Amino acid sequence: MRETKPGELSDWGIQGTYVFDHTRSRIGYGLNKLCYSLTDPKNRERYMQDEAGYMARFGLSDQQKAAILQRDWLTLMKNCGGNVYYVYKLAATVGSGLYQMGAQMRGQTYEQFLQTRNAKGAR
Amino acid sequence: MAKIVAGLGSSHVPSIGPAYDTKRFDEPDWKPLFDGYKSVKQWLREEIKPDVVVFVYNDHGSDFALDRVPTFAIGVRDEYQQADEGFGLRPLPAVKGHADLSWFIAKELIYDEFDMTICQEMRVDHGLMVPLPLLFSHEPDWDIKVVPVLVNVVQHPLPTAQRCYRLGASIRKAIEAYPEDLKVAIIGTGGMSHQLHGERFGHLNTEFDTQWLDLLERDPGRLAGMTHREIMEAAGAEAVELIMWLVMRGAMTSKVLRTHRNYYAPMTTGMGLIAMVDAA
Repeated sequence: MRETKPGELSDWGIQGTYVFDHTRSRIGYGLNKLCYSLTDPKNRERYMQDEAGYMARFGLSDQQKAAILQRDWLTLMKNCGGNVYYVYKLAATVGSGLYQMGAQMRGQTYEQFLQTRNAKGAR
Repeated sequence: MAKIVAGLGSSHVPSIGPAYDTKRFDEPDWKPLFDGYKSVKQWLREEIKPDVVVFVYNDHGSDFALDRVPTFAIGVRDEYQQADEGFGLRPLPAVKGHADLSWFIAKELIYDEFDMTICQEMRVDHGLMVPLPLLFSHEPDWDIKVVPVLVNVVQHPLPTAQRCYRLGASIRKAIEAYPEDLKVAIIGTGGMSHQLHGERFGHLNTEFDTQWLDLLERDPGRLAGMTHREIMEAAGAEAVELIMWLVMRGAMTSKVLRTHRNYYAPMTTGMGLIAMVDAA
């Protein structure tokens, strides 16, 4: 893989995949830190009471804030440096499950996504 | 002297947690998974009878944040609380540790040039809490003590598969040097094939998983030679967790007797289980 320029996000050449390496961890630090803070139930309450105010503490970019407010999981991980394990904590806080997140990233409805699974009762 | 009495590989898919807690063991879409664990749990309890399990897993941003990311870490306490992963805690007792063995292994590993981060305060997430009750009893309390060993499989650069395999060999040496008579099992967790982000979310590769289980038993050196990219391309970006199974395998003899094997891929992850003992 060629070296990235400063600020550029890596492309490992795997379709539909945004490897969480230094290029994403650097720009996503504040975003992932916000998500990590939601492991505390008190912070989940605070977040839901005042989302904009809560976000303001983490030095996020406008793109990151907009993607959070739109629950745009793909942009958060592809372009904003979000790591799935951290972003999932944000998703859970705002009421989205992992499979709902995944369906959206695949560009499908939840029902469409479930139809692609071998045994959808195991969820 | 302590000795290794069993090696296990297991997925740690988080959705198994609530299914276990609500006892959905006999539902048709869950049964193939839970049935696979039943016989292994019984085998561990009745035949192997381990005192301690060295539990190789990764934290998923539940207790360890990105402010510091240890490549390899070890817990050295007598008790570990659960981490809240964003939706509360499961109804399970605190995990029992074995601080004496943990500290001993930490020292031996570091003198063997594996520079572990030593953790006196850490909480454990689904990486540990999902397989643990599938394999050991917790009513009314755990019948097993745990030495948690953590591997960074979240933020690249990750340790190589080869490095994980060698870490296993070093853990074996440490255990065999421990002066007390202890029966120690070791488990590597994670995967199997899965991808949880991007348009490729939901990628499964049953053929890869099947071959992984075959080679883990018979030719683990080939798996240890794989790059992260090769694993991610074939089996999904998050399948790179499988390198943790190689820590377990490195702790076993080169030839093993495989006693159990199960595989099921209902939703987004290949759920594998393998158990083995040293070949005589």
